[in-house]
Amino acid sequence: MTEKKELVYTKPELKLGYGWGHCPGCHHPIVEKLVCEVLEEMDLAGRAVGVAGVGCSFGFFASINIDGANCAHGAAPAVATGIKHALYGKPLVFTIQGDGDCAAIGGGYVLNAAARGEKITIIMVNNANYGTTGGQLAPTTIMGQVTSTTPHGRNAGQGYPIHLPELLVGMQGVAFTARAAPFTPAGYLRAKSYLKTAFQRQLGEAGLTFVELLSACPPNWHMTPLEAIQWMEDKMLPEYPEGIFKDSGGEQ
Amino acid sequence: MPERILVQGNESIGWGAISAGCRHFFGYPITPQNEITDFFARELPEIGGVFVQSESEAASAAMLYGAAAAGVRVITSTSGAGWGLMQEGMSQLANAELPCVIVNMQRGGPGQGTTRHAQMDYLSATRGGGQGGYKTIVLTPASVQECHDLVQLAFHLADKYRNPVVVLGDGILGQMAEPLERSTIEFDPLPEKYWTIRGMGERDAETHNFISCGQGGVIPVLPYTSYGAFLQRLEEKYQAMSADEVRYEIYRIEDARLLMVAYGSTARVCQEAVDMARAEGISTGLLRPISLWPFPTDVIRQKAASGTEFLVVEDSLGQLVDDVRYAVEGKSQVHFLGILDRHLPTDGGMILPNRVLDEIKKVS
Repeated sequence: MTEKKELVYTKPELKLGYGWGHCPGCHHPIVEKLVCEVLEEMDLAGRAVGVAGVGCSFGFFASINIDGANCAHGAAPAVATGIKHALYGKPLVFTIQGDGDCAAIGGGYVLNAAARGEKITIIMVNNANYGTTGGQLAPTTIMGQVTSTTPHGRNAGQGYPIHLPELLVGMQGVAFTARAAPFTPAGYLRAKSYLKTAFQRQLGEAGLTFVELLSACPPNWHMTPLEAIQWMEDKMLPEYPEGIFKDSGGEQ
Repeated sequence: MPERILVQGNESIGWGAISAGCRHFFGYPITPQNEITDFFARELPEIGGVFVQSESEAASAAMLYGAAAAGVRVITSTSGAGWGLMQEGMSQLANAELPCVIVNMQRGGPGQGTTRHAQMDYLSATRGGGQGGYKTIVLTPASVQECHDLVQLAFHLADKYRNPVVVLGDGILGQMAEPLERSTIEFDPLPEKYWTIRGMGERDAETHNFISCGQGGVIPVLPYTSYGAFLQRLEEKYQAMSADEVRYEIYRIEDARLLMVAYGSTARVCQEAVDMARAEGISTGLLRPISLWPFPTDVIRQKAASGTEFLVVEDSLGQLVDDVRYAVEGKSQVHFLGILDRHLPTDGGMILPNRVLDEIKKVS
């Protein structure tokens, strides 16, 4: 008698076979997986166009079977604006950007896309440092955190962490902002739920939607993946709490 | 009969885009091209098009990147400092091979310089002013009609080569009014845009398209198997442009021992100077490049070899003159008349025909 095997876990169908391409313990692949799952569950893959920024998200849409692009550092919200308007609002358009891409070099693009109320979704992956270039100060680096450009820990002279989901709440063009930490099952489900709401609000033309997702960066934090998760719980979550900060509800 | 209207060069740029079927403009106001931005804001919504005022010229270029990637004809326009801000985006557009049209109605620089006319972006336009040594075809109109016609040609060439195309005008051309006959120019058929990102369902496709402005790393960016293969593709494209897209106009060139080389509004001044010189029995003519890149090197080289001398007239400290000197290879004299030879030292000064005539007499 042969044992009947049941498939209980697999990669999403949208994920192409190029491997995950990130460092051990990085949470970018979790973000890839949850984006794929949300698109599959909402049946939006055929309508979706993604734009990745420069940094650890640069190859995001090379390995996911939806139409996508990468672009100049920080410019993803403007590129997304171009795509959305070129196609008269038809596609679901979202960006994947790191914290440096989104909050530092791209801060102006985010603010102005929000001011215009662009019907796009910005996903910012926050790992509290610059991952691709070797762990420098990011706008999201927390106080006291050691990076290669804050070797004695970030102090007030180097400024304070930026909290985009909270910052964008006051803008009329913004329909939804939230933050989740998808490294626990509960956090993963929260992240999926937030992203689904964000996409729904975009399709309802309610305004710009913004989801921040926390990620570990073990090599640049000089930690093991498990130590990195512990550090996130101890240091990052108090600074960057999970939750929905604004939800305008359905349509504008 | 095409409709005949009296418009400024700036507005003619806009009519050219509409004649070319372009329905998308993203841009940021800057003098002396504001009539272009205003034109699109006024006209595009009337015909089902899209006008978006960007937050900067860097954003304009990024919006073009998105719209071009989605497969539509798209245009922006700028000048001066805005042109500088756009350079990074143009480099990304060139890498990602996205067709679009970028208009620069030149003003005086460097820095904020002046809001008035000049021709000081020649080198940054023809050399790929952003990072990484890309090339774009640069077309330069010398009349209001040509603003309209060259914008249409620019869209055609952008789609033909999957590359941004620059239309390099200047403040005088943008502000002066002349009759314009509006019509759509017929060009050869273009390749299908199989590479666009519009949503797989929208394209009726089973596999995705991916537009990338970089080729490094572990993930292949199809259709290129390597960075080297990508550079090979760019090289072949640039060679094809160089071979096939040289354009220029000659005026009373036949027996000319002295040939002027000038573009844009300055070429109009030189044309008048040619007539004045001819009336006095001086055999001179004008060669007006219409494509600044690729540059009409060969015709200038041939003329130099047969002993023709050159007088380059441009409203700058000397940029176009470098290309003429390169073409001449030291085999003939290259004289220069530039921005310091304007009739006034203020930013309203111009190089006038009588000043050009004086120079013709001096060097003939």
